[in-house]
Amino acid sequence: MIAAVQRPPVDWFALSPSLILLGVTGACLMIAVLAPQASRRAAAAAVTAAGFIGSFVAAVLLYDKTPVGTSVLVDTLRRDRYFALAAIILAAVGLVAVLVSYAERERGHVAEYYALLASAAAGMMFLTQANSLMMMFLGLEWFSISLYILCAIDYGKERSLEAGLKYLVIGGFGSAVLLFGSALVYGATGKLTFDGIAQAVAAADLQHDALLLTGLAMIIVGLGFKASAAPFHMWTPDVYEGAPTSVTAFMSAATKVAALLLTFRILVTAFPQEEALWTVALAVIAVCSLAVGNFAALVQKNLKRLLAYSSISNAGFMLIAVSANSSLGGRALIYYLIPYAAASIGAFAVVAARERELGRDVTIDNLAGMGWERPVLGAAMWTFMLSFAGLPPTGGFLGKFYVFSAAYDRGWLWLVILGIVATAISLYYYLNVIRALYLRPSAELQFAAGGQPPRDALLQVGTIACVVVVIGSFFAAQPLIDLATKAVASL
Amino acid sequence: MTGHGWITTTMIMLPLIAAVVLWVVPMPRVWVGPAALLVSLFEVGFWIEALVRYDFDRGGLQEWNHASWLSDLGVSYSVGFYQGFSVWLVGLTTIVMAASVAYGYWMGRDRPRAYYGLMLFLTGAIVGVFTAQDLLLFYIFWEAMLIPLYVLIGAWGGPGRLNATIKFVIYTMVGSLLMLAAVIVYGLQAGTFSMIDGGTNASNWIFLGFAAAFIVKAPLFPFHGWLPDAYRESPAEVSAVLSGVVSKAAAFGFLRICFSLFPSAVVDFRTVILVLAAIGLVYGSLLAFRAPDIRGVVAYSSLAQLGLIVLGLFATNNLGINGAVLQMVNHGLISAVLFMLAGAVERRTATGRFDALGGMARGRPALATVLMATGVIALAVPGSTAFAGEFAILAGVFQQGWFYAVVGAVAIVLAAMYVLRMISAVLHERKGSAVHDGALDLRPAELAILAPLVAILLFLSAWPAAISERVTTAQPPSAPASSSSATAAGDSK
Repeated sequence: MIAAVQRPPVDWFALSPSLILLGVTGACLMIAVLAPQASRRAAAAAVTAAGFIGSFVAAVLLYDKTPVGTSVLVDTLRRDRYFALAAIILAAVGLVAVLVSYAERERGHVAEYYALLASAAAGMMFLTQANSLMMMFLGLEWFSISLYILCAIDYGKERSLEAGLKYLVIGGFGSAVLLFGSALVYGATGKLTFDGIAQAVAAADLQHDALLLTGLAMIIVGLGFKASAAPFHMWTPDVYEGAPTSVTAFMSAATKVAALLLTFRILVTAFPQEEALWTVALAVIAVCSLAVGNFAALVQKNLKRLLAYSSISNAGFMLIAVSANSSLGGRALIYYLIPYAAASIGAFAVVAARERELGRDVTIDNLAGMGWERPVLGAAMWTFMLSFAGLPPTGGFLGKFYVFSAAYDRGWLWLVILGIVATAISLYYYLNVIRALYLRPSAELQFAAGGQPPRDALLQVGTIACVVVVIGSFFAAQPLIDLATKAVASL
Repeated sequence: MTGHGWITTTMIMLPLIAAVVLWVVPMPRVWVGPAALLVSLFEVGFWIEALVRYDFDRGGLQEWNHASWLSDLGVSYSVGFYQGFSVWLVGLTTIVMAASVAYGYWMGRDRPRAYYGLMLFLTGAIVGVFTAQDLLLFYIFWEAMLIPLYVLIGAWGGPGRLNATIKFVIYTMVGSLLMLAAVIVYGLQAGTFSMIDGGTNASNWIFLGFAAAFIVKAPLFPFHGWLPDAYRESPAEVSAVLSGVVSKAAAFGFLRICFSLFPSAVVDFRTVILVLAAIGLVYGSLLAFRAPDIRGVVAYSSLAQLGLIVLGLFATNNLGINGAVLQMVNHGLISAVLFMLAGAVERRTATGRFDALGGMARGRPALATVLMATGVIALAVPGSTAFAGEFAILAGVFQQGWFYAVVGAVAIVLAAMYVLRMISAVLHERKGSAVHDGALDLRPAELAILAPLVAILLFLSAWPAAISERVTTAQPPSAPASSSSATAAGDSK
């Protein structure tokens, strides 16, 4: 006699943000086969945009209806405001990514592109929701595999293929390290769930267990690969440069959100006893990222590479917030991510627009005069650079302020000083971009070969939305901080 | 929002909102300049209203406006006029900015929407610096000054502008970021970023963080590397703002933040800063005497005058501080007029170099009169407002040591030398190669911009006590009975 299989109760609402996107993936794949060629692009983009909006709404409702965090699905996933806020950010990023991608006309497999975009975002949401090592790995691979294909989706172009392959090999290595680390932690504690690990460590007094600590170190390394923190960043500039710009835009913003939020969650909930070790480890990784990102960015001419190094340096700032291991640090991390994600996807959107206009790679040189030629995109790029550089009135300034406050609150004045030195260095290359946009003598201006570019209203709308977020997050900082505070409290 | 200081908030927000409107709302190009000028004149009007409302006998914080902003860290939007000196500096800002906007309009700057928007944004930011009562807010306005200046110099400046902007930004940002660290440390230690409630702090390190920003922005010797390039390559009216108003933000910072929050550190570092200021005073005067062009003279004389002002502030007695604040207003007006005159001369002759100028007084009475009147005030002839200011500063700093007063007196002689050299090189001597008959006298519009500034200088010459007796009701920092710098430094982490 075989007993009926016990099915666990499923909290569909908690899964809804990622399930909606999964549904979109399926729909887009059907469109790829069933819809006529002419309407494929519009149909797939519309369905995906609707999916991101639906996912956004579901996440907002989830935030509203979940005052207290609970574990669902046999404790493997969390339903809490932390996840809901992450899903809100990711859905918004995805929606902007659709707007940025729409004008990309040359692409062959356009419906599959949107399917993968939705699938990647769904995987990221799933990752930030994970409450067990198994689910973490599942979410990580889910979005990573989608991104590998997305990077290589322009397979007619050698560089796109190269980017996809590089990302696949190095990302696969990172995943393997993470998986190995998870196995060691499981071996040491016998638990898969995050809170279970913490309880097991406390019960059996395992803080100094070599197996556990090796596992923890490998998990940090694996997540470091995904967050593109130095010294695990080698893939970042090449992949960001080679991948189609609309993919880079999505990847640079969304991957950071997912990877860093999960890092904070797993470290705080699963490894509170090893706090003394991982805070220092993360601080060191943060300093490495700041150093590598900022110094390498100084000499970049290609704008996508410059932004790639800038994203490494930003990962450093966010890791400072994680390493503070406090409620203030969590708040700082979530707050920082909002203007960062907007500025990042927005900056790549501007690059994409310029790239389509020029028909070649965007460098500091051929950006010259863009601020006067294309006032909206130019002013937007200016705002994003100011936000990256941490100048008011942008959210990037308050983000840095919170990060430094969190580090000081922990007693790490040295980290504050290093962060400030890094900010001073970063000014040089961010201002270099602004200089190219506005200050070059008009004799040096290089106008686009094809004259007026095709109008791309959707991309402009997406960019303006990013500007609104970047500046709005400065003025409406308190409500956002309140959201973040509640999110961190629900962990 | 609490407090009755709607006028303070209005003075900050009006130009900022107007700037955004100019950038975003499409309008005919010819409207842009007059609209910006109108807004900047409204600013002057609001300031006059604030001047009338401010009760100088009571002093302290008035026209206060407050709203909580980041409640978890104790950051608030808190603005108001703190002591008489902030009223005077806001007045200087509004008047010089109005003159500069008018001057830009007269010069017909291209890309007007961007240009006037940036000028108005700058106005709002500077007024914000002078009225912020929260350290983070102060920092935000402080940084917000930098962004429009960067583009104004970089996009409308002279041929060497790219290097000038990079130097300017890197210098000032390094100073500012040290200030940010100091702001964070101070705010988290005190539990609030309010300058009113935060109380004093004994840490020398925090003081040094603030002092770094102010020393670079002023600038004091030896941190003036950005100054000659920035002042030479900017459009004339932006130079006027930089040297007339923005440099005063640094002196204001010493007075408002360092003196009231770090009195013990001010006493500890008084000698160092006095020595730097004295060196800058003499060095700047000598360089001004050697400078080959009008802007060089005015730029280096700014370095010297800021040295003198800081000398007066760090006399840390009422006489010196009163003189310093009067001198801030004097120098702000004088250098604004001189830079705009330099721009006017450059526009007519395409050069500011003395070897190509000369003999411009003949047939150009208005130019000669304005330059002569301003120059004579600048060199502090007895009876001028600059004389009153410098006399008070020297008398004040004499109490810190006769040496400083002697240095100051020497520098006043040097000032007479470089100003007279400039006047004679431009107005008198043989007719220069660049001076042709087509180089006209000042136009009525230019006179209308400059005459009010000169008139204020003449008014102050008649009644310097209007400012110098309405500076502050607070006591200057003094050495505590048992001051020990060692323990104070140990308090900082």
